[in-house]
This record gives sequence, structure tokens and C-alpha cells, in this order.
Amino acid sequence: MGTVNSRDVITLLHGAGGSYMHTLIREVFIRLSDGFGEVPLDLMDDAAVIGNTVFTTDSFVIRPIFFKGGDIGRLSVTGTVNDIAMMGGEPIALSLGVILEEGFPKSDLERIVDSIRDTAKEAKVHIVTGDTKVMERGSLDRIVINTSGLGVRPKELDHDIETLRKTRQPRDWLVPLNIRPGDKVIVTGTVGDHAVAVLSSREGVGFESNITSDVAPLNGLMLNLMEVGGIADAKDPTRGGVADLLQDWSEKSGLGIYIRESEIPVKDEVRAAVEFLGIDVLELGNEGKAVLAVSPEYVRDIMAVLHSHPLGKNAAVIGEVRKDIEGVVMETVVGGERYVGRPLGDPVPRIC
Amino acid sequence: MSEYLSILKYYRDPNLAKALRFKIAELAKKIEENIMIMHVCGSHEWTITHYGIRSLLPENVEVRAGPGCPVCITPATDIDDAAKLALDGVVVATYGDMTRARGTRMSLEEARALGGDVRVIYGVQDAVRMARREPNKDFLFFAVGMDTTAPATAFEMIKGVPENLSFLVSYRYTPAIQGSVMESNVLGIDAFISAGHSVTVTGLKPYYEYFLKSKKPMVATGFEPIDVLMAIYMILKQIDEGRPRIENEYTRSVTWEGNVKAQEVMDRVFDLEDGYVRGVAVFPRAGFRLKEEFRGKDARAQYGIRDRTKTQDEYVAGARCGEVVMGLIDPPECPLYRKTCKPEDPKGAPMVSQEGTCWIWATHRIVNVSPRCRR
Repeated sequence: MGTVNSRDVITLLHGAGGSYMHTLIREVFIRLSDGFGEVPLDLMDDAAVIGNTVFTTDSFVIRPIFFKGGDIGRLSVTGTVNDIAMMGGEPIALSLGVILEEGFPKSDLERIVDSIRDTAKEAKVHIVTGDTKVMERGSLDRIVINTSGLGVRPKELDHDIETLRKTRQPRDWLVPLNIRPGDKVIVTGTVGDHAVAVLSSREGVGFESNITSDVAPLNGLMLNLMEVGGIADAKDPTRGGVADLLQDWSEKSGLGIYIRESEIPVKDEVRAAVEFLGIDVLELGNEGKAVLAVSPEYVRDIMAVLHSHPLGKNAAVIGEVRKDIEGVVMETVVGGERYVGRPLGDPVPRIC
Repeated sequence: MSEYLSILKYYRDPNLAKALRFKIAELAKKIEENIMIMHVCGSHEWTITHYGIRSLLPENVEVRAGPGCPVCITPATDIDDAAKLALDGVVVATYGDMTRARGTRMSLEEARALGGDVRVIYGVQDAVRMARREPNKDFLFFAVGMDTTAPATAFEMIKGVPENLSFLVSYRYTPAIQGSVMESNVLGIDAFISAGHSVTVTGLKPYYEYFLKSKKPMVATGFEPIDVLMAIYMILKQIDEGRPRIENEYTRSVTWEGNVKAQEVMDRVFDLEDGYVRGVAVFPRAGFRLKEEFRGKDARAQYGIRDRTKTQDEYVAGARCGEVVMGLIDPPECPLYRKTCKPEDPKGAPMVSQEGTCWIWATHRIVNVSPRCRR
């Protein structure tokens, strides 16, 4: 019996958005980086920026493909749209690659494509090119979708960056290097909805929930927010959740982040589900939420815009950026303090 | 579920926490001496670390994690045996954490990567169901855990399990482990927080003999932050009054007799025998063995597995897992902690399991030892 090390093979954890995936990217993929572009590959941000063009790609392997509040089609549009929007870009056009398993029902495919059309319309983006492949039965789980997206630089981003110049020397796009001590951390709504909705849509999980996924394109909301100004960075807490996102910010900005557990908006039903499952809501993936780092003097106006928007009505200030602490620290509900670490992987795999 | 949540809110109430913190500080000041409290459950360590409870305690009160993580105490030889059977074509079913802990050669997860059929399940019922559904395969349930999971296995045994399912029993009996630590003065522990769900099954009764010998305060405790703060307060109160006793904080679940039905089921299927706690010692009456009547289901008999306890290479070189499991050191005192042994690439079981002290500390990014009040 020989010995193997689990590092020698790819496991599900390597695709789950936590520290396993970060290690894999650093060990294997980062060699592809040659520093090309304004926001190059090695910054490992949501999207790349080349000149004034934002470019990103994302693949979707969710199970089940139809879930409470959405489906793989809607997800594959919003995932890429949001990655562009989080850079401050305005998404324009998407490509669509579909890989199907032999035997996939045509009616399901039509349902998915209809959903892609509707979501693209909602997000005001166009599907402009595509590709279809079929693999033999058993080679993949039903359907895999890849979308790539192109975005441009909106005038709202120019305004936002201009407002930041009063307090700092910002980069041209929404990147973690813009974050400064004193910035407030805002989450645009309740966290954990998507992961819990997908999980409860699975057979044999053993719990029922009426929670629906939050999957929604955020580009419209982002334009409204950048119009106000003061946004230093934005990021969507997908795989790895808010915990992974804040860790990312802390590492990339070199600053500490302090959050208060009691301020984090969580639906009662989601809270009950995570209690039942023994998982941390901060590590759960979301598909229609953003976390914002906002210059303090703009927080009131930003919150007003959020609260008047359907995708931001539960927004809350959950903490602030600090230079006197290291990493991400949370004041717990009972008043103790603890670090929020980077999750290993997603506690709920295959949710996007 | 919402009713459950509205009750739960009381156990995380910020004002109640503040009041308890004040009372704890008051008592600790009055007592003056250093008080070392040990808990014996990974879930307690999680609550304490996750809610930052150590940061709320006075200088002379310390809470230390003892042996209470099922994956951590499962002998390396048992893991080796399960992995070997997986590679020999037996379908091995066990809990998620257990698949990642390495024996002396590999983990079950690594056996799966090499072609073994290893399945993660949530309970013994899943193994029974799978074995029924696939009658042409041999199944093994790797039965690890404490007295909390043993009754479910015993219950299935009595109901009757399929021909093609056998059991590698590696259960441990919490009262015997905590009892031995209570009787020992080596660790210098003054009082005990007992594992709430284990005591729910066993009852407080089995602890009485150990208490009579040790006269150390013991409080059966729930798993919410207020439960733990309350237990610490109750322990300090006992010490202040000079009246050590067995007390029950977790009254919504724990009784003196415990879950009598579960105990009866366990008694029908298992005998207690000496049980090895990985990297630590053999504890008297801490292990479970299938009774003669059920020996036909024992994988050790069926596959001719020798009974082994300690092995030569229990841990990778330099690892101090055993000392962490016994609460002798804090994870940062191990030279491997967060360096070569990390949650994403664990070397020792305490870094694998979500109930392992190393995993809990590392995922909460704790880099320093907790302030020691007595060394």
C-alpha cells in the first residue's frame, strides 16, 4: 500500500472558493500571469481590466439546476454581470458556452435559455456569441455553463473615483488598494439566502425552507451607488461568503477590518437553517449581494440609496476598516472578540 | 424553526452575558487563586473560541480543552484498517471529518483518491440504507464517536442490519475518559465543564464514583455562549462556597439518570472495555466492544483485523497532537501548528476535525497561547 498526499489530486474543496482554492491558484494558475492589463491576473480580483475594458469569465456547475428563486441560466448571467459590476464596470455583452450531458431533456434546456434571455434583459446585457458541446452520459453532471463578459467604463465610476480623491489617491477602478482606515463596511442585504435556498432544493438534505435565492444582477444598483460616490471597493460575497471576502480585503489592503456580529443582517429562517446544519452564515455564498467599503462622509447617502432600492432594502453598516488591528476581527453577540478566518472551502459545495 | 430561534436568542443575550461576566469577575476576585477549568468536548471549544469567551474571563480563570474530539482520539490503527479495507474493495461509510484524518499511512480520503469506495454519511442509517440498496457489495460502517452516537448504531443492530454490512467499532465512553482525568492530579485541573449532549445520554450518574474520589466541581453544560458563562459562574460559586458538587446547568436536556432507553440499547449491544485514546493512553472502561451475540457483525472478526492500540509512528515527526488532545499544551505550542499543519493541509487529527482544538484555533486564526494562569 503506497502513500499518497491529498495535495496530489484535486478535491471538491479546491473549487470551493476558500483557502484550498486560493492555494491551488497560487500554486498552479498564477504562472499564467505576466502583469498584462490595468488590473492583471495576479491581483486575483473579480475581473481583469485592459485599457477601459473589463473582462471576466465564470463557469456554473450548480446542483440542482433549478432551485428556489432561480436556475443555472439566471445564475450564469448574474455571476458574470456582477463580477464586472464589482470592478465599477458597466457590463455590455456576454458569451455563452454550454456543455450538456447526453440525454439532457430539451425542454429543460429551453427553460434555461429562456431564463438566460430574461435575466440578460433585466441586466441590460446582450448574449453575442456562444458554443455548444455534448459529452457522453456520465462524463458530467447534466449541464455546465460558462459565460464570459465584456464591460466598459461608465461615467458613474469616473465620478466615484473623483469623490475618493478628496481623501486618498485612488486607483482607476474599484480595487482593494483604494480602501483606507475609517472606511465603513456595508453589506447590501441579508446574507446566506442563496446557499440555504440551493441546499434546501436538494433531495435528501433533510430540511425544508421557504428561503429563495437572492440571485440578481447588481449592475444597476452599482451605477446608482457610484453616482453618489465614496465607494472605495465593492465585491460580491459568492463562494466563501462574507468571511472570505473580508479576508481578501484585509490581505490586499494590508488593513484590519472590525465587524459586529449583531449588525449583520440574516433572515430568521436562514439563521435557523445554519444553526440546524452547524455552518457559519458568514461562509455561505450569495448571488445578489455586494459588500462595500465606503468613505465615511458618504455612508448616509449611500445607505439612503440602498434602502430605497429593492436589492438594497436590508442593507446595513456592519463594521469599519482599522489600522490598529490585523486581519478580520468580529465582536460577537456576547461581547467577546474573535478573528474571522478564511473558510477552507464552501460549507455547501456546488452552489454556483 | 422560528420558535426554536426565539428561544435561542436568550442563550446569546448580550445583556445577560454582561451580567454574568460581571458576576464571574466578582467571584474570581474574591477567590484570588488561579482556577483551571477543563471541558471535554469539541463543541464547547468551538463555542468558547467562536464567541471569544476567553477574552471575557478574568486573569485568574482559565478554560482549557481536554479530550473531547471523536476524530482526534480514534486510533491510527483503526484508520489504517478502514483504509486498507477500502482499497481491498469494501465500501467504507463514515462521517465527513473522519475521512480526512490520517492513520499511519493515509486517510480514507486518500484511499478514495486511489480508487477506494469511501462514502460520507450523516449517520448509521445511511450505511444501512446503502448496504440494502447495493446487496452485491460489502459495506463497512466505521463507527467512531462517543456515547452520543453509539446508541443509534446499537439500535440498528437490534433492529437487524443487512448481511453485507459490518462494523468497525471505535466508540469511546466519555464518563470514563473525563473520570480518569478527574482522578488524575497531573494536569492540575480544578473543575470540569461536562459535555452536554454526552451527559444527556449517559446521565450524571456514572460521574458520581469519580466525583467521590476527586471532589472536583463538575457542571453539565449546554453549548450556547450563555450556557458556558453560566457554567463558569456556577463552578466559581462552588469553589467560593467551598462546596464542590455535581451540578446541572443544561437542565433543558440533562438529567441524573440520562436517556435510559439509549443506555439500555447500548447495554444490549456493547460491553465496555479498555479504550485507547490516540496519542494519550489506554483509559479503563472507555472503549466499546460488540457483545458475543453481535460478534458476527464485527469487522475485526470478519476480516481478521488484529486488535492493536499504540503504533510506532502515531503522528508525523514533531507533531504534539497527544498533548493538545489532553490539554497539556495549546495548539500554538506545537511546532507544526499553522506552519506545516494547517486546516487545508492537516498533519494531525486535531487539525482535521471541526471538533479538534487545532482546527478550531486555526480557523479562528489564533496565533498565541491563551494567557496561562498556572504553569
